[in-house]
Amino acid sequence: MLNFRLNYSKLNAAVLLGGALMFSACGGNNEGAEGELAGNIQIDGSSTVYPITEAVAEEFRAEAPDVRVTVGVSGTGGGFKKFTRGDIDVVDASRQIKPSEDSLAQANGISYVELPVAYDGLTVVVNPENDWVKDITLEELKKIWEPAAQGTITRWNQIRPEWPDREIHLYGPGVESGTYDYFTEAIVGESGASRGDYTASEDDNVLVQGVSTDPNALGFFGYAYYEENQDKLKVVPVDDQNDSNGQGAILPTLETVKDGTYAPLSRPLFIYVNSKASARPEVVEFVNFYLDNAPTLSQEVGYIPMPAEMYQEQKQKFEQFAKGTSAPQAQK
Amino acid sequence: MTNSDINRLKDKAFQVFGIFCTFIGLVVLAVFLIDIIVEGITRIDWDFLTNLPSRRASRAGILTAWVGTLWILVLTTLIAFPLGVAAGVYLEEYGRKNRLNNFIEINIANLAGVPSIIYGLLGLEIFVRQMNLGGSLLAGALTLSLLILPIIIVTTREAVKAVPRSVRDGSYALGASKWQTIWNQVLPASFGGILTGIILALSRAVGEAAPLIVIGALAYVPFTPSSPFDEFTVLPIQIFNWTSRPQEEFLTNAAAAIIVLLVITFLLNGIAVYLRNRQQKKVKW
Repeated sequence: MLNFRLNYSKLNAAVLLGGALMFSACGGNNEGAEGELAGNIQIDGSSTVYPITEAVAEEFRAEAPDVRVTVGVSGTGGGFKKFTRGDIDVVDASRQIKPSEDSLAQANGISYVELPVAYDGLTVVVNPENDWVKDITLEELKKIWEPAAQGTITRWNQIRPEWPDREIHLYGPGVESGTYDYFTEAIVGESGASRGDYTASEDDNVLVQGVSTDPNALGFFGYAYYEENQDKLKVVPVDDQNDSNGQGAILPTLETVKDGTYAPLSRPLFIYVNSKASARPEVVEFVNFYLDNAPTLSQEVGYIPMPAEMYQEQKQKFEQFAKGTSAPQAQK
Repeated sequence: MTNSDINRLKDKAFQVFGIFCTFIGLVVLAVFLIDIIVEGITRIDWDFLTNLPSRRASRAGILTAWVGTLWILVLTTLIAFPLGVAAGVYLEEYGRKNRLNNFIEINIANLAGVPSIIYGLLGLEIFVRQMNLGGSLLAGALTLSLLILPIIIVTTREAVKAVPRSVRDGSYALGASKWQTIWNQVLPASFGGILTGIILALSRAVGEAAPLIVIGALAYVPFTPSSPFDEFTVLPIQIFNWTSRPQEEFLTNAAAAIIVLLVITFLLNGIAVYLRNRQQKKVKW
């Protein structure tokens, strides 16, 4: 048994201070100004999209201080579950809605609009000591990652004969992430289909750590994680063998992801807005604010903005949608 | 070498081995603490404690997170303490040795080992959906109460068991009823042990992120909760969120938030230890 000897008077002071802090922290709030937008906007979903939404919500605080925007991170799947039940107003999604989720939404009488807000370039990386990989083709990536590769493709020279006879160690996001869904869809051709014998982590920083310390490694994750760790990683240009959108192997950069030549590994990130929510003025204001500021804010948190005209298109799309939803609401 | 020399040598060897084992744990803990403190201590200032979450690591603060954590701790204690102690007293003092009680006991022991995320799923269905509490502080506290109840029950039973038979007999001999005996003799005498259980249980609850994320605790909350029905975030979620960011500065923020979480834990444990020591001084047989 541990025996603590405490100075009681000091401890008393600490307890009192703790209580006082708690009190002061619980007060405040709730003073709403007249005439301004007010209300709650509940957002949940992908942790990949979260930094953008957080940034937008933060800036929106200055715009409309009485609108309480909250953002959760229960993942794209978890977010859609809540969204299709009507629990939340907006969902952050790092992939498109699945047919099964769509039918759930319909069954619950929920209509929605899908708005892409930024791009992420899935980046293929190797260790800086790796001097043999100069580029990689989609076919080779498929050969490495498809389910049939499990246990059979284990050495670099099996992928391209001129590469050395060394083991290959694979690193990638866990199967729960939208990043994984997108990558398997783009590379293997089927969402969620891949080999199982690779080092998986939901935390991309762990993957960075893995690839940067293992000379035989090959991994993939979001562009921002490469950008922040350029000195520890070597990026591999990807050749989609389709010269119509850029010739040869292409490096993921701001430009190539934005103009679509870094195909097919540049993926859009979305928000989905519930039609009931878009009938509320504070939500309309927020979504418009989101689309107006996404170009600068998405880049600030490590993603790649879409071309300006696409944001205009999304704004029009949303305006149409909001009009359609506010009309029946106004009747009652 | 005589036999006793060999035995003395063995004794010495075991002592060294024991010290070595003790130090493994301590060194790992020390390395972890030093690493965290070196990384995060300079980041902690008044602004860090009073700012709202932000996309800029240098402006981001943990106000809503630490207030949420305190709320959750207080509510969880209020819910789990009476329930757990009552259940423990029942099982030890009133429960007869029959099949049903055996079954309950085995279940409680098993529940202590269930992964916390399972409690999150349970809480999501019962508290968030059936009871319609939403992702509120109350739903979170109830979920964490379920999580720590087994620990409180088990330690309460051990503490109650440790009260000598003679104390009870004396109380009965003076004409006290069973309830009077428990309330006036057994509970005060075992209070120290029960508090130890509460300390352990709360220290577990304070570090949980997974079950709270499941029940819908948020990551970005720009206001501090003002009632148990408000939405909330807690420090572990904020830390988890920051450690998975690509930017280095957020990792520093996470380290700083970990220090604050440690301080809150130590503070709570300090209060509990203080109460326990005060109580133990009163108990004299």
